[in-house]
Amino acid sequence: MAMTMAQKVLAAHSGEKSVVPGQLVVTDVDLVVMADSVFHQTADRLPVDLKKVAHPGRVVVLLDHAVPAPTVRTALAHKRAREHADRLGFRWLADVGRGGIEHQLIIEHALALPGQLVACNDSHTSSAGVLNCAARGLGMADIVQLVCTGKTWYKVSPAVKFTLTGALPFGSYAKDIFLHLAQTYGSQEGHDVEVDGPGLASLSLDARATLATMCTELNANFVMFPADQLIRDYLAGRADRPFEPVQADPDAEYDAVYEVDLSQVRPSVARPDAMNRNVAPITTVAGERVRIDQAFVGSCANGKLSDFEVAAGVVRGRKVADHVRFLVTPASQAVYLEALKAGYIQTLIEAGAIVTNSTCGACSGGHMGVLAPGEVCITSSTRNYKGRMGSADARIYMGSSATVAASAIEGYIADPAPYLEAMERSA
Amino acid sequence: MIGPAGLTRITGRAWVFSQDYINTDALMPRSGYDLPPKEQDALVLSSVRPGWASQVRAGDLLIAGRNFGTGSSRPAVTLLTRLGIAGLVCESVAEIFFRNCVSYAMPVLECPGCLAMTTEGDTVSLNLEAGTYANVTTGESRSGPRMPAMLRDTIAAGGAYAQLRAEGYM
Repeated sequence: MAMTMAQKVLAAHSGEKSVVPGQLVVTDVDLVVMADSVFHQTADRLPVDLKKVAHPGRVVVLLDHAVPAPTVRTALAHKRAREHADRLGFRWLADVGRGGIEHQLIIEHALALPGQLVACNDSHTSSAGVLNCAARGLGMADIVQLVCTGKTWYKVSPAVKFTLTGALPFGSYAKDIFLHLAQTYGSQEGHDVEVDGPGLASLSLDARATLATMCTELNANFVMFPADQLIRDYLAGRADRPFEPVQADPDAEYDAVYEVDLSQVRPSVARPDAMNRNVAPITTVAGERVRIDQAFVGSCANGKLSDFEVAAGVVRGRKVADHVRFLVTPASQAVYLEALKAGYIQTLIEAGAIVTNSTCGACSGGHMGVLAPGEVCITSSTRNYKGRMGSADARIYMGSSATVAASAIEGYIADPAPYLEAMERSA
Repeated sequence: MIGPAGLTRITGRAWVFSQDYINTDALMPRSGYDLPPKEQDALVLSSVRPGWASQVRAGDLLIAGRNFGTGSSRPAVTLLTRLGIAGLVCESVAEIFFRNCVSYAMPVLECPGCLAMTTEGDTVSLNLEAGTYANVTTGESRSGPRMPAMLRDTIAAGGAYAQLRAEGYM
């Protein structure tokens, strides 16, 4: 039976020769990632207190959802996480100041490798699929069960494939690819997603990771990219153990194969409350004079060095509109440091932006940039659901970091094209 | 501990949320994380239907649309349990939310066509063992895919944490 990439990984980790969609498999997992959220105590439930774990060497704790701790409850969760990591001998705990957002750290530190199976209690775990591993989010209780017993279960999914051709035109970014997919093809619920094709070679690791992260918002399960030359080169010297890339069988079956011509992708914006089938070209939305209160560049999807580069490029020598708060959050301490060395942070601050420490922060409305009722935000983070970033009466638009930065300058949702062209001329 | 017998006839009053893609930011808003339970409960689905949470009675069932519970992996189902919801029947359920239903012991059935056969306030019944959904008021019934035994056992045991405690892990 021919299999897709994710199906092959599930078969290999469940001791099955082959698996078929709909089948329930019980698997080993190579890497289990726990965020600080696992260790939170809620008012009516006991905190997690683990006595023994199956494979501590496969477990990492990456504190990111709210760091540094904004509340006593969070501080206790962090304390409990450290205590568990010490006592049980986990592979790594990335503490405040030495880590960042977990999905960024998985890639930066090559914690996950091609062909592996990866689980984490966060829905954007599919981000790691950029490294040709099968990664997806599970629930917190699932993750605790997996850490304890060394096993979890999956229902094998059918897949769809996006075959990329061409290259992005000037001014379009990976976020715009996602917005294009969300508008053109809509929800892929119940399916794994594979991304391949000759157009992939034109996308950097950052761009691929943005796209992989955002495929979660197409409601995809596993999201997998091939281990092409870029990935092999990236992992050379970073991987701490041998690995076996996985390829789909040539005759693997897909419920749909979509050819996506990257040269047709235009800068776009998702309107508030949903992304799938809720996207309009930036030229349209810019014409609507949408006044904003906050602009946010950050998250596992778009807090990368390339986002800092474009945001700083757009605002260089300009000022953020008086009525706008422009928040920029790096995806990791390493991104922060690189952005600092490159001068991007100085440029952003001189323009009137605030650069925060690395945290999930404003993306999930936890701290550092929560929205008030009636406010309007444009973000390059992961979700624009009602209430996602604070008040349920706030409105959240989503675009690329270039679009967000241009909007911060104008105070209204803005087409970044003139800014990007000026950037290009001065380069 | 629910016990397998307790999963064969979960009968109660139906609440109908017919919108597709109701997400976990709506079910469990981040703004409620640090509030006392009663105040957090009041926020459940408040952006979809203000005031709903206070009308739920213990034993009610929730009937919902496609890909219910999409989005963040947060344990939103635990708030439905706390409100008193005894079972969930949906056109389809988002995958992480489905896992959370299993691991936090919420009986759940994916049952295409469930919305069309349910009017809010009907008495409805979920049989998790058989994978069937019945509208007691109208006499109509339908089946969904039967949940694999391993997952039903987790629900019957009271969820993943209860299993881990019983096995000495916690």
